[in-house]
Amino acid sequence: MHGTNAALTLETQAGAPLTVDVTVNGTAVICDRAGVAWLPGSGVLVVSDLHLEKGAAYARRGMMLPPYDTAMTLARLAAAIARYNPRLVVSLGDSFHDRKGSAHLPECYREQLQALQHGRAWTWIEGNHDPDRPVGLEGDFCSELKVETLNFRHEPKPGMTDGEIAGHLHPAARVVRRGKGVRRPCFASDGKRLLMPAFGATTGGLELRHPAMRGLFDRSRLMAHLIGKERIYSVAFSRMNG
Amino acid sequence: MSNGAHRNTNPVFAAIAFGSASAFLESLHGCTTLSVVKTESAPATDNPGFSLPEPFLGWFASRGWQPRAHQLELLAETITGRSMLLIAPTGAGKTLAGFLPSLTDLAARGKPKSGTAGARTLHTLYISPLKALAVDIERNLARPVEEMALPVRIETRTGDTPQSKRARQRTDPPDILLTTPEQVSLLIANQHAERLFSGLRYVIFDELHSLIASKRGHLLALALARLRKLAPGLQTIGLSATVADPEELQRWLVPQSPATDALAGRITVAGGASPHITILESEERIPWSGHSARYAIPEVYQTIKDHRTTLIFVNTRSQAELLFQELWRINDDSLPIALHHGSLDAAQRRRVEAAMGRNELRAVVATSTLDLGIDWGDVDLVVHVGAPKGASRLAQRIGRSNHRMDEPSRAILTPANRFEVLECQAAIDANYVGAQDTPPGGDGGLDVLAQHVLGMAAASPFDADDLYSEVSSASPYAQLDRETFDKIIEFVATGGYALKSYERYARIRKQPDGRWRISNPQVAQQYRLNIGTIIEAPMLNVRLTSRKNGTLTGRGGPPLGKVEEYFLETLAPGDTFLFSGKILRFEGIRENECMVSKAWDQDPKVPAYAGGKFPLSTYLADSVRAMIADPEKWSALPDQVSDWLRMQQQVSQLPARDSLLIETFPRAERFFMVLYPFEGRVAHQTLGMLLTRRLERLGAQPLGFVATDYSLAVWALEDMGSMIASGRLDLGELFDEDMLGDDLDAWLNESWMLKRTFRACAVISGLIERRHPGKEKSGRQVTVSADLIYDVLRSHEPDHILLRATRADAAQGLLDIHRLGAMLKRIKGHIRHRALEHISPLAVPIMLEMGREPVTGEAHESILAEAAEDLLAEAQS
Repeated sequence: MHGTNAALTLETQAGAPLTVDVTVNGTAVICDRAGVAWLPGSGVLVVSDLHLEKGAAYARRGMMLPPYDTAMTLARLAAAIARYNPRLVVSLGDSFHDRKGSAHLPECYREQLQALQHGRAWTWIEGNHDPDRPVGLEGDFCSELKVETLNFRHEPKPGMTDGEIAGHLHPAARVVRRGKGVRRPCFASDGKRLLMPAFGATTGGLELRHPAMRGLFDRSRLMAHLIGKERIYSVAFSRMNG
Repeated sequence: MSNGAHRNTNPVFAAIAFGSASAFLESLHGCTTLSVVKTESAPATDNPGFSLPEPFLGWFASRGWQPRAHQLELLAETITGRSMLLIAPTGAGKTLAGFLPSLTDLAARGKPKSGTAGARTLHTLYISPLKALAVDIERNLARPVEEMALPVRIETRTGDTPQSKRARQRTDPPDILLTTPEQVSLLIANQHAERLFSGLRYVIFDELHSLIASKRGHLLALALARLRKLAPGLQTIGLSATVADPEELQRWLVPQSPATDALAGRITVAGGASPHITILESEERIPWSGHSARYAIPEVYQTIKDHRTTLIFVNTRSQAELLFQELWRINDDSLPIALHHGSLDAAQRRRVEAAMGRNELRAVVATSTLDLGIDWGDVDLVVHVGAPKGASRLAQRIGRSNHRMDEPSRAILTPANRFEVLECQAAIDANYVGAQDTPPGGDGGLDVLAQHVLGMAAASPFDADDLYSEVSSASPYAQLDRETFDKIIEFVATGGYALKSYERYARIRKQPDGRWRISNPQVAQQYRLNIGTIIEAPMLNVRLTSRKNGTLTGRGGPPLGKVEEYFLETLAPGDTFLFSGKILRFEGIRENECMVSKAWDQDPKVPAYAGGKFPLSTYLADSVRAMIADPEKWSALPDQVSDWLRMQQQVSQLPARDSLLIETFPRAERFFMVLYPFEGRVAHQTLGMLLTRRLERLGAQPLGFVATDYSLAVWALEDMGSMIASGRLDLGELFDEDMLGDDLDAWLNESWMLKRTFRACAVISGLIERRHPGKEKSGRQVTVSADLIYDVLRSHEPDHILLRATRADAAQGLLDIHRLGAMLKRIKGHIRHRALEHISPLAVPIMLEMGREPVTGEAHESILAEAAEDLLAEAQS
């Protein structure tokens, strides 16, 4: 049965939270330190910006980045899927780093992905890095999907929204206290829109102050849920600098 | 004939040597401080041993001039086929000496017939670290070449040379090409390299001492090895200021082999008149700490008024900005005082340089961007503000004020705090005894080697055996083992990973004939775009906009220069800071530009952005220690400083030369431990990191530490003084050399310093591409993060060749491990602990730094927890 673990609020031994409950446009969403969002009401697990085969994409262009990113990303994805046992997995676009990624995917990784897909539904949302249906993999392929009160799309729609979960921007937050800053990838939500952190092992982040984020959120309500080493930290946007 | 009379009868002496054509001629003239006695009437042929050939002889004679002894000696030596190193002070005519062998050879050769091989190859390559220097030399060589009607064509080639001219130079090269190290690397990676360099006779390296200690020098050494292969008969001529270890330079100039220690010949010209250096005698109180030297501004201003043109050197850009601002604040006479540092917009810098050349300025506040040998008009005084961290750096800067060897240079040192008074005095002593300390060149970087290997493949297919013997003939790579070299080839080909998944994307491939060849022309293109070893921190343009009613108007406005991205990350909109001589308000970042507006504040809110701090050199540190330990030397110091040391003697004790003084005392509910190793900030920071780790384990509950060039302070919740007294804390154990083993490894792996080093190695080695200005993608989420790559590599392949290169670099430069190791060895069994009731006089400066300097250490996630708790508290209130 899907979603049996959903009700658990996960905590570390010290009582520090691994997840945080938020409401986005009326829908309950659990943001997990692992970088995934869980919709307990519908058994949907959301991941965004996997950027699989990023290393290989760079290698094709002559930059020999370490070839371990795909294995790392898939291992983390497998752990998250094992924890939530979702009915549906939505990969919110930029699942592959480039157009050749899925076609050139080494066989061992393809088998791992297929094993993860087994027994559940899977939707690939179209991203700017991967505008085509993944080659040789199961799952639906579309540019938008609606679940409960939320629209799933890769790029956030400019301006205020009617309820959305999006990726693309790789949000990160920088918290400054006592003259020192710590920057971490984060979930960002103002209650209407949820921006997902990038899940891929070698994906960078873009700060919430970046102009690309402008106009996406009601900043007075904007909360960042930062992905720490062992827990998740919630900090209001207005309090980033103390 | 006395020097003075000599000068008076020769108007050419009025010019500063080598800054202009007339000065160039002057530099040919008989020199006054050399051992060879010359008179104006005596023909040059009277010089024992060697004479100039025609038309040089006649040309000199027609002007009643003579070459200097070292110029002739160098010529004589090179004619026998030797490569040579010439060490001479500024103003000794050493650049001309370097060119004489080449010019005489070209004159003897005559004009090659067009279409012959000689017409299509370079004869002489002159390589300077500064492109401005190359341009200067071209101007200076032009006149004698013209007047003697020498059949010689001279051209420059720098990053500014138009593409069309560069292309023409490859097919129709000049006889003498004046260029920079990067351009040489580009030329040898070209497919025409073999023909272009086949007739190369001489390679002249100017300012060699400033090149070899850097990765830039490593790359140049590799390029030289290739040039030797293309033109086996070539000779090198190195020109250098005085250095601590000239043999290192002599080795650098000639091919090395495992069997022999080959050295180029050496000619050393003794220094000219002793420089006249004083420490600013201030009526004001010299501060305990800080770097601004604000107390001395009125006195510095007065010295500007008393001189024709003053060059004011500082150690950091923030100091330059601050000093400039303060000088203008009291500049009641509106003296033309300008600012010059590396972050300013290039056009602005050129304007300052031009005004300087026309003698329109009374003073320029500058950082090390002005360090190397270009002339700046009639400078009659150098003021150095702050500690002149290395004695050789000081010598170079003082050389600036006077390029005539026979006249003493004038300089005034202005220490910013009391420790700097000691340092300045030590530097003065060092300069008088002629002691110099440039850092050793070190082993060649593996990242540099990777770049070179790709370049060589781009030139033509190579055989690994041949390339290995070529590379190991370069002195920085003489110790390179074959296994490491092969790993570098693998790295260049596919990244060199244990997981072999990139074979099909390999950049270079081994052909059936055993030679390595680039896979496609794009690889060569990529190499050209990423050449070089100078990695700057990511910088953003600073653009001035104006505000109206609280909003920014348009985006126009002039660029002011560049600042490091990491500095901007610490700013919030509305913060004000000092840059380009103005107080600016940070407005925000738009794409890749930092938008600022003029602020009307009196003082900037964010005090500074520190760029480039030099550590205290080993030699100077030793002199400072010696001076403190020897009260007889204190008479040279200002009273307030010697009184301070005397107080220290009474209250605690003085740090001795060969031991380490440790003081412990309580203060404000904390317990402090202050150490005085005098090993420079970098080594102290490393020591601080390691000590706090150990103190943590020993239960002292350390809270933080702060490091300066002279001392290190650690504070903790536990009373470390009584821990030492009761034997719970064993100092011998605490400072055991084994801290450089496991503790270092454990800490290093987590350290941001290693990440920063890795980034440079990754770019230089070609693992990630340079960020080219204007070509960055907007939305930086698509660029590769070196930090993330580092993490991936460390967890999957901790022994990867690039991580090895990173650790070696960090140990050499960023962490000063060698210096720390030497210190731990020196103090073993010589640790003196003083348990005090109160802070000691010597501890005051570092205690004052505590509030100002950021506490060194990593930014921890505890900050996030704190922020998250804020929220919780707010929710519950």
